Amino acid sequence: MEHYKGLKPSRRNFLTGAAAVGGALAGSRLSAQTADPLIVNPQPWRQDLGAGVDAAPYGVPSKFEADVIRRDVPWLTADAVSSVNFTPLHALDGIITPNGLCFERHHGGVAVIEPSEHRLMINGLVDKELVFTMEDLMRFPRENHVYFLECAANSGMEWAGAQLNGCQFTHGMIHNVQYTGVPLRLLLEEAGVKTEGKWIMVEGADAAGMNRSIPMEKALDDCLVAFKMNGEALRPEQGYPLRLVVPGWEGNMWVKWIRRIEVGDQPWHAREETSKYTDLLANGVARRFTWEMDAKSVITSPSPQAPITHGKGPLVITGVAWSGRGTIPQVDVTTDGGMNWHKARMSGPSFDKSMHRFYYEMDWDGAPLLLQSRAHDSTGYVQPTKDALRKIRGENSIYHNNGIQTWAIDADGKAENVEIS
Amino acid sequence: MSKSLNLAAALLTFATAAAAQDVAPSKDGGYGIGRAAMPEEVAAWNTDIRPDGMGLPVGSGDVLTGEDIYVENCSVCHGDFGEAVGRWPVLAGGGGTLENKDPVKTVGSYWPYLSTVFDYVNRAMPFGHAASLSDDETYALTAYILYLNDLVDDDFTLSNENFTEVSMPNVDNFIDDDRAETEFPIFMAEACMENCKDSVEITMHASVVDVTPEETAAKANEAAAEAAAVEAPAAEPVTEAAAEPAAEPEPAAEPAPVVVAAADPALIADGEKAFRQCKSCHMVGEGAQNRVGPELNAIMGRTVGAIPDFRYSDVFQDAMAAGEVWDNDKLHAFLANPKDAMPGTKMSFRGVRDAADIDALIAYLQSASP
Repeated sequence: MEHYKGLKPSRRNFLTGAAAVGGALAGSRLSAQTADPLIVNPQPWRQDLGAGVDAAPYGVPSKFEADVIRRDVPWLTADAVSSVNFTPLHALDGIITPNGLCFERHHGGVAVIEPSEHRLMINGLVDKELVFTMEDLMRFPRENHVYFLECAANSGMEWAGAQLNGCQFTHGMIHNVQYTGVPLRLLLEEAGVKTEGKWIMVEGADAAGMNRSIPMEKALDDCLVAFKMNGEALRPEQGYPLRLVVPGWEGNMWVKWIRRIEVGDQPWHAREETSKYTDLLANGVARRFTWEMDAKSVITSPSPQAPITHGKGPLVITGVAWSGRGTIPQVDVTTDGGMNWHKARMSGPSFDKSMHRFYYEMDWDGAPLLLQSRAHDSTGYVQPTKDALRKIRGENSIYHNNGIQTWAIDADGKAENVEIS
Repeated sequence: MSKSLNLAAALLTFATAAAAQDVAPSKDGGYGIGRAAMPEEVAAWNTDIRPDGMGLPVGSGDVLTGEDIYVENCSVCHGDFGEAVGRWPVLAGGGGTLENKDPVKTVGSYWPYLSTVFDYVNRAMPFGHAASLSDDETYALTAYILYLNDLVDDDFTLSNENFTEVSMPNVDNFIDDDRAETEFPIFMAEACMENCKDSVEITMHASVVDVTPEETAAKANEAAAEAAAVEAPAAEPVTEAAAEPAAEPEPAAEPAPVVVAAADPALIADGEKAFRQCKSCHMVGEGAQNRVGPELNAIMGRTVGAIPDFRYSDVFQDAMAAGEVWDNDKLHAFLANPKDAMPGTKMSFRGVRDAADIDALIAYLQSASP
């Protein structure tokens, strides 16, 4: 479906014919028939001077990475102003999502707010109703944490069966970022929550006035009012200058452009916690307040947008896993559609409620594969199959689909989104 | 225990302690940061409504008044009867479908509380011109949405007095998160690692459904991003432009188009304000695209129904075939009363009442066109 790097014929032409077509057998190396002009001829980048410092005062990715971008699925929503796009998971590695690639979900477009004109109000069942400026907030002690943010609708199109060919589209409503912010607890302590204050309602300053109810226990536990992501100011599309961080809970609650926190004695039942983000079961009953994101994983490469282009031999299978209830001590990978599973190698830091990176390295013999990954979280929960989920919830839930994803790899190395028995 | 093990244990203890210390400290009596919110400030923002009626403003509105407001502000996206246009939300009907393969979740069939309608309309609607309705108008609109769902008669008036007496049909069909009881016992079971099943069959292919975005779109994005990266390294993300279709024009930099005698900055500013009621469906300016309605760049002098990839109503297609061109008179007539000027138009907009507003709109459309 796309044009992939690494398939460029200029380099391939100089490899032996057999190798270029089928790849080498495991353990054997390719041999060249003609000297590689990229080595024996001088190249312009070796001779000509490049751009000086400050050519890009704010650095941007190499132009050769121009296809690593957020993408949307136009038929999903009525209008781009209230819509979503997707993180290119298939092209990323490690655990941190670069700021410019973090998926976007807006309900009324991106609010543009000058920080000096932003206010945060706390009202309701508190001793003192307060107003903070951004400058005020910078004077509270702050913390740094890496957390994933997953939209409750991530993989929502896949409930009834395999739909979209690409883990960007099936799983890309997630990003993993280090946040710097003030614990919400400190702000609530500043206002003094009355004993009957059991819930908060958080509200955005955007054209949607996004609002959600959050139980006080969570508000006082690990929520942050954040102003930095990955060290720099929040991006406009991520809530600049201020957003709420609700670790491990569905992304919609992480209200962007947050301007108000109201303390109350019961939930508000706002539109996004009744009409939306509730899980309709097969019997017509709907679950509400399903805030925690269940453990989930996906193989990011190979995948439909990142096929195997190198033929037989050593193959790196990699992916990400996360849980709203803790860490991911183990991910299993199967290459035969779940008949046999292998423990993957976890790599990089393991933070609470953060993405984890895993690898499974194998020698590929060129035979078709049915790839799946299965996350275990620190509570002992094991990521279920889609069939196991559907058995309990039916097919109408839209939200909170954490079922196991299957990629079918054919003999050419192409990958497709499938469902299996 | 060996020395190195002791050291490792010590390091581990230290690491744990260090992690535990990463808690921003509380201070007795607070830090004294921020200031007291004034009552009028709280009143200005504290407009949320709860199912128990908390927050309801004093006021009322009836179904028929609500219909007028609905037709003018809402039907363009939600349809004349709440049936929705395109992928905009369906507001009415759907009763008895929640167990079906394709359930229709509407205010009547799904929403548990009426307060959610008032709260949401009040904070987020009309799309593109949020928080512009008065309290009475919001009551009227809420009453009309109840009427569209056959929950009240056409002589119904909704007010803060009778609001909490309205019970929604689906209120009892919500349960709190029960995954801990219904799912954890099953999904906490030990996972099989070997010989877990005898055979595996592919039961469904995504390629058969074929709903993945086309290569063309991806390639276009790629080319656009590359060009942007090369030419404008510090450019704002594309989404910014999309979110601000009616970006502030710069009158000084835009010479007045020939059709209008002189571009009056005040008139253009009025027009920009008036354009708010258009911009949930139309874009104008650099990079404007078709949305619910066609993009409006250089509308003056443009052939009617001329945007190639927009699906016009028949009346527009006929006008295009006849070679009709938008001029001042035609635009005036259409904006004043779309359904009279172009019978059968899909544009569900009542029209602009004030002729001065129409002049302003036309002036703005011209000034904003690149």
